[in-house]
Amino acid sequence: MGLFGRNQLGSESDRATFRTLHTASLASPPLRGGLTRSTAERSIRHLRSLLASPAVALTDTVDLLAWDGKAQHHAPQTAELIEHADDSGGPAVVERRSIACDDPGCVVRRAIVVPLVVDEATVGTLQVFAPRASAGLVRATTEVARWVSGQLELAELDASRTRLIEAEVRALRAQISPHFIYNSLSAIASFVRTDPERARDLLLEFADFTRYSFREHGQFTTLAEELKSIERYLLLEKARFGERLQVTLRVAPEVLPVRVPFLCLQPLVENAVRHGFEGKSGTGRITIIAEDYDRDCVITVEDDGTGEEPERVRLALAGALEGGSVGLANVDERLRVAFGDDYGLVVETAPGAGTRVIVHVPKFSPGVHP
Amino acid sequence: MSTGLSISAVVVVVLATLAIGTWGLRFSRTTSDFFVASRTVRPRLNASAIGGEYLSAASFLGVAGLVLAYGAEMLWYPVGWTAGYLVLLVLVAAPLRRSGAYTLPDFAETRLESRAVRLVSSLLVVAIGWLYLMPQFQGAGLALRTVTGSPPWVGGLLVAAVVVINVFTGGMRSVTFVQAFQYWLKLTALLVPAFFLLLIWIGDGATPPTAAETGVSGALGSAWGLPMTSDQPYVLYTTYSLIMATFLGTMGLPHVVVRFYTNPDGRAARRTTLVVLALLGCFYVLPPVYAALGRLYAPDLITSGHSDMVVLELPARMISGYGGELLSALTTAGAFAAFLSTSSGLSIAVAGVLSQEFTGRRLAGVTAFRIAALVGVAVPLALALLTSGVSVARAVGLAFAVAASTFCPLLVLGIWWRRLTDVGALAGLAVGGVLSGVAVVDTLSGAERTGWTDALLAQPAAWTVPAAFVTMIGVSLLTQRRRPVGVGRFLVRLHTPEAVPLDRG
Repeated sequence: MGLFGRNQLGSESDRATFRTLHTASLASPPLRGGLTRSTAERSIRHLRSLLASPAVALTDTVDLLAWDGKAQHHAPQTAELIEHADDSGGPAVVERRSIACDDPGCVVRRAIVVPLVVDEATVGTLQVFAPRASAGLVRATTEVARWVSGQLELAELDASRTRLIEAEVRALRAQISPHFIYNSLSAIASFVRTDPERARDLLLEFADFTRYSFREHGQFTTLAEELKSIERYLLLEKARFGERLQVTLRVAPEVLPVRVPFLCLQPLVENAVRHGFEGKSGTGRITIIAEDYDRDCVITVEDDGTGEEPERVRLALAGALEGGSVGLANVDERLRVAFGDDYGLVVETAPGAGTRVIVHVPKFSPGVHP
Repeated sequence: MSTGLSISAVVVVVLATLAIGTWGLRFSRTTSDFFVASRTVRPRLNASAIGGEYLSAASFLGVAGLVLAYGAEMLWYPVGWTAGYLVLLVLVAAPLRRSGAYTLPDFAETRLESRAVRLVSSLLVVAIGWLYLMPQFQGAGLALRTVTGSPPWVGGLLVAAVVVINVFTGGMRSVTFVQAFQYWLKLTALLVPAFFLLLIWIGDGATPPTAAETGVSGALGSAWGLPMTSDQPYVLYTTYSLIMATFLGTMGLPHVVVRFYTNPDGRAARRTTLVVLALLGCFYVLPPVYAALGRLYAPDLITSGHSDMVVLELPARMISGYGGELLSALTTAGAFAAFLSTSSGLSIAVAGVLSQEFTGRRLAGVTAFRIAALVGVAVPLALALLTSGVSVARAVGLAFAVAASTFCPLLVLGIWWRRLTDVGALAGLAVGGVLSGVAVVDTLSGAERTGWTDALLAQPAAWTVPAAFVTMIGVSLLTQRRRPVGVGRFLVRLHTPEAVPLDRG
């Protein structure tokens, strides 16, 4: 090897390792979607090339999901072979008489059945068919089955992460600030005698606002819906602050149908209103801009308040700040889960310089729908 | 024809486009008119915008040129370009909107749950975009030559430069209002001169255009006014092939599909399409008027091979003096509005796909988009300069043929047939894309052929579209085990009106 060897991909055994790892990485993405007919279908070819056996099958706990390789006529027998799986997770070797076949030259004489275990429960089996069950093949099958189980466990983890987010959204719904409710109702009360018509309108806005915020279904909504709710919110805040609260909206109509996580702008606007008036007198100006950037939509919420130490914002985004900005970390997390890590919140702020929060949302993201 | 007025018309259109791109139309709203901000684009406005982006050089100049030279048979081009929206309305508009897809590759990816199909769709979007951009640049070159006498590459370069500058200054986004205005500008630019020209024609005694004795390829005299009478070989085949390409190709145009995203829901998408049908129907009445008058007042354009320029030349020829120049300047302004609006929409669609799929993560978003825009404009510009001799409307017709052979089967089967698989879609796209692509390259290279080969390659849609459909269906049936998991839910989402309370997750 010597000098030239360094430029190559190492020794033969190194290359074999790379090949194996590469094949495993090909089988991994479908399996991360859980064990279904389609994901089994997409990964099984790679599993068979890992095991180098004539035929491989993946089953759930009752029936065949996918078959790859020769001797297709054995595929219907896989359902019965599930019974042979060892509950403790070890391999079971099935002899020829249990997998009868009319073809005298058939390459399938033995079957190795290993259960796939997720959270200590069997979810399916990996079945390998070969002329003989060598110790090496049994060992390899067991290891591959264990690896597949690991991938399925990760899939389960993804699913529970999504469930956690849903729970957080539910929590956020219940988190509409009690101060806001109290302030809104007092503001409305102050109009009841002087301007009953306006009081009635405001009360209806309040009802609509709460109905939207307590909405039960759907993780996502359109930007138009979200903006409508924010307009209601700002109308109620204006009833309280009057001319002291100045709001400018600039919304490109092209981005209104964009799907955004439910209640992802509400907390940002609430923060802007709070910062706009905290520790200062006079007017507070809030600007909300939604712009069209081809495949993305960029939403900016800006206030001219006192600003914040960047370090505190960083802590708030990391969720480490007690009593900090309401829901900022939650919004950030939900955006990242929905659209990927490129789409988190960006906060620009400094003491005395106001705060600007920028949200990037893609117009299309697979799996995001109402 | 070299007039200061027409030149200033071009300059005004170019400067206005650049100004809007740089400063944009910004509508700020203050607290008093809150609830307007979240109001979505109305179907009528959106339809005008689609019309503005869709009516390209081919519609504005090419149709009149073809009808002038070849007669009534060529009316199938405008008929097909309008009727394409009828097919879109019936089969695709609402479900596509409900799918939430922004581009065609987005739709392909969600429907088939496959990155490979997305990648192939992206390649096809770029190919169709380039094929459609090329005649826009060619048309601009010819138009500018007619106005100023400049060499043909100057006009193409001018349009390409304006588009690139607009992308670099961050313009040409949020352009619904601008595009809607462009439709009405183009309509006015044809309607007003047509009105005056018809008055002159009536004043001259209203000679029927069929009385003119000039023409090429048998479109002589009375034969000009009747379809299917020319002595062109295989006229029946080429006509049906053209119908197939234009009826089915519209749904596969990248810049059209992107516009449908602006509709708030499927119902609005259908209404928009309906209004588009009406708007295009109005517009396409006008080019044949120019063609018919051209038979009488500008027959030399046919023999000199510049029939595409009839819309620009006719007003100055029929009306002498200042009035004619003014009307010519108006049609010139309309033509450049057509080049710029269509080129911008297409370039942005192509650049978006290029930057997303092919530059990877090595470059930052804005830089990637700019480089993609440069490449996306430079390639068709080079093509436009290298190939010539294919008329503007025919070249656009080829883009329709490719779209009909690839995206039409993908969309129609993807929306209406639950058994479509990713492998089937890939095979169909490959067969349709390669077959129609071969025909396009052969036609653009200008190879001389005769007989059936020539007819089949010049108008490929009649055999490439069925081939793509058959392949997609056949291969899907063979690979049923690869049917995507979520197809049932996806189709429910596509076909249920948004108002129906239903768990779509």
